[in-house]
Amino acid sequence: MTVESMTQEMKVIVFQLVDKEYAIPVNNVQSIEKLIHITRVPRVSSYIKGVINLRGVVTPIVDLRKRFNLEESMYDDRTRIIIVSDKGREVGLIVDSANDVLDLSADSIEPQPEVVGSIETDFISGIAKLERRLLTLLHLDKVLEEN
Amino acid sequence: MEMSQYLEVFIEESKEHLQNCNEQLLELEKNPQDLKVVNEIFRSAHTLKGMSATMGYEDLANLTHQMENVLDAIRNEKIAVSTSVMDIVFLAVDDLEDMITSIANGGEGKKDVSTIVEQLKRIENGEVDLPELIKDETDDSKELISSVSYDEYESAIIKQSFEQDYQVFEVSIRLREDCVLKAARVYMVFEVLEKMGEIIKSTPPAEQLEEEKFDIDFHVTVVTKEKAESVEELVMKVSEVENVKILSLSALSLESSKQQQETAATLDAALETSVSTEEVKMDLPAINASASSEKDTNKGTVQNKTIRVNIERLDILMNLFEELVIDRGRLEQISKELNHGELNETVERMSRISGDLQNIILNMRMVPVETVFNRFPRMVRQLTRDLKKKIVLNIEGAETELDRTVIDEIGDPLVHLLRNAMDHGIETPEVRMAKGKPEEGQVELRAYHSGNYVFIEIEDDGAGINRDRVLEKAVSKGIITKETGDSMSNQQVFELIMASGFSTAETISDISGRGVGLDVVKTTIESLGGSITIDSIEGQGSRFSIQLPLTLSIISVMLVEMEKEKFAIPLSSIIETALVHKDDILNAHNQKVIDFRGKVVPIIFLHEVFGAPSVSLNDDVYSVVIVRKGDKMAALVVDSFIGQQEVVLKSLGDYLGDVFAISGATILGDGQVALIVDCNALIK
Repeated sequence: MTVESMTQEMKVIVFQLVDKEYAIPVNNVQSIEKLIHITRVPRVSSYIKGVINLRGVVTPIVDLRKRFNLEESMYDDRTRIIIVSDKGREVGLIVDSANDVLDLSADSIEPQPEVVGSIETDFISGIAKLERRLLTLLHLDKVLEEN
Repeated sequence: MEMSQYLEVFIEESKEHLQNCNEQLLELEKNPQDLKVVNEIFRSAHTLKGMSATMGYEDLANLTHQMENVLDAIRNEKIAVSTSVMDIVFLAVDDLEDMITSIANGGEGKKDVSTIVEQLKRIENGEVDLPELIKDETDDSKELISSVSYDEYESAIIKQSFEQDYQVFEVSIRLREDCVLKAARVYMVFEVLEKMGEIIKSTPPAEQLEEEKFDIDFHVTVVTKEKAESVEELVMKVSEVENVKILSLSALSLESSKQQQETAATLDAALETSVSTEEVKMDLPAINASASSEKDTNKGTVQNKTIRVNIERLDILMNLFEELVIDRGRLEQISKELNHGELNETVERMSRISGDLQNIILNMRMVPVETVFNRFPRMVRQLTRDLKKKIVLNIEGAETELDRTVIDEIGDPLVHLLRNAMDHGIETPEVRMAKGKPEEGQVELRAYHSGNYVFIEIEDDGAGINRDRVLEKAVSKGIITKETGDSMSNQQVFELIMASGFSTAETISDISGRGVGLDVVKTTIESLGGSITIDSIEGQGSRFSIQLPLTLSIISVMLVEMEKEKFAIPLSSIIETALVHKDDILNAHNQKVIDFRGKVVPIIFLHEVFGAPSVSLNDDVYSVVIVRKGDKMAALVVDSFIGQQEVVLKSLGDYLGDVFAISGATILGDGQVALIVDCNALIK
């Protein structure tokens, strides 16, 4: 793939939290898993739900709702764990549902706005407008960073 | 570039070649005559040059090329091996190592090598090499002077032989170049000579001759009553012998050869601008890697066929295998429920096979400690010179195997302990003489298996640890109070030197006083699940003894349950399990304690420590696990015991970092993750 085409198009995974849609680059996503048993790890940040056995690898799980200080809800059939990897760290993110893989063109992405809902703007790398949908692009590095 | 796929192989092989260079250079220093060794080094250097040129590392290729020239000159006997030459070659190897490390760390492997290249060039042109001039001068008389050096014992035998009217001959034998069975010819020559008299020395030594570790020449010194001519005639009768030269030794020539060696040493010394003559003579270290381990490696290279496998692949294999084990557990469960004869049989068979498979996979990760130990002789050589001490390093049990992960971590702590023993332990030669000890200090490095552990010991015959000084220092640093100090056992006192913020050396030296204290050594070893103890007798030496688990990946644990959550407690820290009645719990200084076999043991409610979702301790009887750390104990209260199990230890990963009182995780038969309790963190 040439550099040019990369800047023009970007494949993202789209998922839902509360009523908004978010996107993360597909290269950062290892897999999407259904909810399995999570072992609680004591004395860690509240947004870390625990660890799971991901095909023999012990993988930490972050609840994105808690991470973004959104209201918590019960997990259901649509709840998914998106396994992402960034700088050698492999972490699972709990989301309400993961629905789509999309190609975003570069000109549909706008820089991070001043204020977007209640989510800390640090986590956001940009906003993509697609006809009637509005996707929030996440800054994975910041999401995974310790507070 | 396409080259990148070869990079890993290049780095691995380069490291091997450099290690080989180092070992052989040390060997060469001991046996300067041994051209076989020079050839070996030359070959390694040559391969390295070729590889680095192909990979485009110019500085690396440049320096190896120059080193190769010097080695070539040594091989062709244009340059004599001397300490000064060796020093520069060693420096060159150091530089090469630096560059390889830089490449391995993703760098470009560039380094300014012009100085060292210049020095090597000067050696090659014979400019610095004073000993060589001397050699030329004495060249005419070379025939008369023995080319073999004798130690005291051997000289004594020779002198005695003269007194008893025996003759001593140095027989130089050259085999034909096309000789196929060199070892057999050597054997025949030895047999012929032994019929006539007694062989007192051969260069190279007999073992190396047997293993054909020589070119085509070898020397044998015999004591006999026969004449030189008849000796020559008899040896020539052995087939494939090219020629035989006989040098008759006299008491005089023995002396002169000794003198010649001494002059050479003095001249070497003169080259060392900053160091005085006497010191250099004193400094030459004798490094004896144990003969047995040397032999083993030789055998290993001949017999074992190996392939290089990336450790990552082994990890993946291990992970996949663990998946299999989990599924096996389920399958066993299902077959038990169905109770189908054939199915049961098949599942049983599968269980057995996977058990064997597990052993094989774990064994594949085992590496001999040799890979760590073999860099020490070189380090000791350098240190003895820097410290101006005489020290011999003896290595034992280098073939002992340890898990790869442990091997990777154990190197630095060992370096630190060795430096410590050499710097603070072994005294200077003067002090040793004054104390009536042999001038030469001994440092023993031992590794051996015992039960489920591997022990590594570092023992020196140096000054030992002064209890009073350690106590004084510990009190002044506020690590302990004077009162507690008085009641401590010797061992406890010695362990204080590993407490953080402690350093006994009065002068901070470059060698071990680098600010990284023994406390780091202790922490590293404990993080590997091991322990370290110190024994010492003042004036006689100290012993640091490290105990390490055989493997990090599989441990025995006791599974316990708390509110539907399962935790694993390592069996190695459990003393026993017990049931304790509520009324037996006493209060002492805000701390709940129990009386356990006459000892007061603090009781810890794991629910509270781990913040379990809800606590329902309605029972009158508590289940407790008594754990220990050193000689301290604690009683952990749990809901129930599940049982003992072998589990695969897994890290929680970088993202979570250090979690309080949790040392890792494991995957249970039902596929769930259980956390492993770190008892060391729970006991203060």
